[in-house]
Amino acid sequence: MSAEPVTAVAQGRGGGLFRSELATLFRRWRTLAILAVLAGVPVMLGAAVRIFSAPHPGEGPPLLDRVTQNGLFIGVTALIVSIPLFVPLAIGVVAGDTVAGEAGLGTLRYLLLAPAGRTRLLLVKFGAAAVFCLAASMTVILAGAVVGAALFPIGPVTLLSGDTVGVGEAAVRALLVGLYVAVSMLGLSAIGLFVSTLTEIPVGAMAATVTLAVTSQILDGIPQLDRLHPWLFTHHWLSLGDLLRSPISWDSFGSNAILQAGYVAVFGALAWARFGGRDVLS
Amino acid sequence: MSDLVIATRGLTKVFRRQAAVDGIDLAVPRGAVYGFLGPNGSGKTTTIRVLLGLAAATAGQIEVLGRPMPRDLRVVLPRVGALVEGPAFYPFLSGADNLRRLDSADRDAPRRTRDARVAAALDRVGLTNAAGKRVRAYSLGMKQRLGIAAALLGPRELLVLDEPTNGLDPQGTREVRHLVRSLAADGTTVFVSSHLLAEVEQICTHVGVMSAGRLVAQGPLDEFGSSGPPLVQVRTPDTARAAQVLRRLGLDTVSIRDGSVHGRLTAPAEALPGNGSRPDAQPDRPPDEQPDGRVEPEDVVAALVTEGVRVRGFAVERESLEDRFVALTGEGFEVVR
Repeated sequence: MSAEPVTAVAQGRGGGLFRSELATLFRRWRTLAILAVLAGVPVMLGAAVRIFSAPHPGEGPPLLDRVTQNGLFIGVTALIVSIPLFVPLAIGVVAGDTVAGEAGLGTLRYLLLAPAGRTRLLLVKFGAAAVFCLAASMTVILAGAVVGAALFPIGPVTLLSGDTVGVGEAAVRALLVGLYVAVSMLGLSAIGLFVSTLTEIPVGAMAATVTLAVTSQILDGIPQLDRLHPWLFTHHWLSLGDLLRSPISWDSFGSNAILQAGYVAVFGALAWARFGGRDVLS
Repeated sequence: MSDLVIATRGLTKVFRRQAAVDGIDLAVPRGAVYGFLGPNGSGKTTTIRVLLGLAAATAGQIEVLGRPMPRDLRVVLPRVGALVEGPAFYPFLSGADNLRRLDSADRDAPRRTRDARVAAALDRVGLTNAAGKRVRAYSLGMKQRLGIAAALLGPRELLVLDEPTNGLDPQGTREVRHLVRSLAADGTTVFVSSHLLAEVEQICTHVGVMSAGRLVAQGPLDEFGSSGPPLVQVRTPDTARAAQVLRRLGLDTVSIRDGSVHGRLTAPAEALPGNGSRPDAQPDRPPDEQPDGRVEPEDVVAALVTEGVRVRGFAVERESLEDRFVALTGEGFEVVR
């Protein structure tokens, strides 16, 4: 399966289905609207801080008090406030739509008749959802940088550990935070992909995926369930403070990546098992 | 099974204990234009889905292009163009972009020639001018044409067209008919499901009739037409006596309407292709009047004259495919849309 497309491309054959999938996803108005909403978060935050007084240290969302020192961090703050709902909502729409959306349009049967191959189609769909995770988080970070540069001074910034770093270093940290969030959403993407194979109604799959993300966060907040917490895919979502210390601690990045990889493996396998033998009657 | 493009044995598909397709043996010869007929809900589309690997058969064997399906789906499907249960597209993409996307899903389709093939397919269905328009703005007929274009993206050995003239205006219907003929002339086998019998009669070489999940008849179209027993109509003032004569000769469904007597000549059962049973067989006919098991129209006239029945007019009508279809699948189906 993995070697075949490579030789096919070498012969000038092969479909380029992944490229087509990305083009289809990012040319959709819905996708662009979601990204625009996400880009609106740092704009909203920046405008609020600029128009009204600067927040006192420790007030409001994390790092908000540092925004006035370095505009680059506005994206990080915006991303943190978006993690509980906005980002999972965006991921839920795209991941929930992967298979159910094609089934709902009826294009699923034509892709399979092409033949796209069921496993290949799932891989392409998950790959595109993963790219969207990165696009979503980076949209917030980059929109934050633009807003920050326009409204606030860009200068050295004090990290959570108390160290001060320069603009370049701060920018790298902000991009790392974006990467962290993108990785955090891979498990949810796999869940969305699986849910999407269960139905022909994309809205149902989207709603179910977002509901699972919220449920997992609620469970993560119930202390009595602390033995369950390390297994929840949302458990490390907000543990990105480690990337804002000096030196960087990669512990939470690593444990998050392992957890997400586990979810991708389990729900990817479930999606494959479900979709591989399913009758496509849409 | 080698000269058959589609061959199934005992193909069965059960949904929740109900057999949507019940043990059918399809035989579609290479080069045929095969009309797959049946009322709505008789299992046509389900059969097509199972043939093409979209749904798994509950039982039975399937060969498409001489290869077992769905095992060899990967090599079979690139050689098959299909329109299944209506066209389906991304409304936010243009017609050409929709075709490019479908083509990219086919690993065997060369990327270098993609734009040329998309343009050729659009040209073949007359959509060149609408190529850049979003499908959202297409009419039903345009979508139908685009669906046919998608089936023509590559060189195909088999085309499976499910209700291809749905939503087309008379002109579009004619074009599809013309297209199917020209494809068949190129050697492509066409498997076309339809409930528009006039369409099928005009373009098909072979016919299969589905009813309630079973293939009730199958064979070359000309056998179908002539195998249907002819109907006779006698215009006479002596209707009662004429009817008596017709009944004695063993004609079926004899009736008196509007000063005429109608009856159906019976034909030997083996003249009917397929595995349908003969509802109108009359085993108790007097043997002396039909030594070869058949009454010819001229025998009817001779008998009427011998009996002194005054005849004003006499007509023989071949049964149409529609009559045959209704006889096989029952009344109550909307034959003419």
